[in-house]
Amino acid sequence: MKKLESSITNMVIVLVGVALITGAILAYVNHITTGPIKEQAEKTLTDGIKKVMGGGEITVTGSDPYSQTVDGKELTYVIHKVNDAQGKDLGAAVESTTVGFGGDLKVLVGFDSNGNILGYTILQTAETPGLGAKAETWFQKDGKGSIIGMNPSAELKVSKDGGQVNAITASTITSRAFLKAVNNAYSAYKKSSAGSQNVASNDNK
Amino acid sequence: MNYIKILLNGIFKENPTFVLLLGMCPTLATTTSAINGLSMGLATMFVLICSNLVISLIKNLTPDMVRIPVFVVVIASFVTILQMIMQAFVPAIYATLGLYIPLIVVNCIILGRAEAFACKNGPLQSIFDGIGMGLGFSLALTLLGAVRELLGAGSIFGIGLLPETCNMLLFILPPGAFITLGYLIAIVNKFKKA
Repeated sequence: MKKLESSITNMVIVLVGVALITGAILAYVNHITTGPIKEQAEKTLTDGIKKVMGGGEITVTGSDPYSQTVDGKELTYVIHKVNDAQGKDLGAAVESTTVGFGGDLKVLVGFDSNGNILGYTILQTAETPGLGAKAETWFQKDGKGSIIGMNPSAELKVSKDGGQVNAITASTITSRAFLKAVNNAYSAYKKSSAGSQNVASNDNK
Repeated sequence: MNYIKILLNGIFKENPTFVLLLGMCPTLATTTSAINGLSMGLATMFVLICSNLVISLIKNLTPDMVRIPVFVVVIASFVTILQMIMQAFVPAIYATLGLYIPLIVVNCIILGRAEAFACKNGPLQSIFDGIGMGLGFSLALTLLGAVRELLGAGSIFGIGLLPETCNMLLFILPPGAFITLGYLIAIVNKFKKA
């Protein structure tokens, strides 16, 4: 078959044709993958909540966004309230984002109803592999800078800043960002639960 | 040209990473571990085979003056399809490579092979060229990732081999990519001359 000539009609027809066909194919693939992608995202979140609340049978009773102003910026924290199988209040898992060394650092922190840290997991990170990326394990229970069981009512700080948490070796910026995320998550949790109690007492009047 | 020769051409004689030095961005950025390098190589290979095949099929329907936009649209579509499929079915790999997948569109190996090979040869030869180049790229990336992971984190494919005190962090960081790539190219050239 002879090659099509580069006349203006041919070029327009070919480009429009290619765009239409690829557009249709992409629309179809998008249609069949939207479901699984959404499921994956939900599964990651529910698995994360389960993990940071110490495992076991849990039910998420409600997920509410809560906004607070940090360093002059208004940030939104999503608070997932969690009950155990018997319906007892277990606390909440809080999504919190700060800026780390390589970009946004998004963590999910689990608190019991007194505000003690039950666990955490990192939802999104752009930290340096081998350095800041260690945050995933470093602050866990058997990690070198465990924060599990601590209560951020006194702000958590790395030992370099006079705090009680061991920073990741050679990754102080990531460690600070991580602890900031945890502290902010704590204050969002505390303020929001205080807020909802106020609302409740107002209702009683 | 026979098919074995086309296949070997991509793996050795014109290895995209070590000889042609194409596609340096994903090469340097994703090879922090062997598994990342391999996944990136295979993802690129998939796009390369599909785009080579389609482009060799439509080469006579494409007027010369608009061939580049047509190729880019074809390549970009395959990359988007790959991205959506990975996100839906292999989220773990997507989490590590996600950022680099859209970059496959501008990977010069793919457009380079479309220009240099697929738009002049038949579909079957183009598929073989895609496989050969893809394998060459995957091999190079896996090798680079393995060396960097071994020196920087003391393991290969996540299997620990060296104690933690031997880790040279530099090799996981960007400078390590350049250093390792330089030495690997030197070694490959040595063998090629011999």
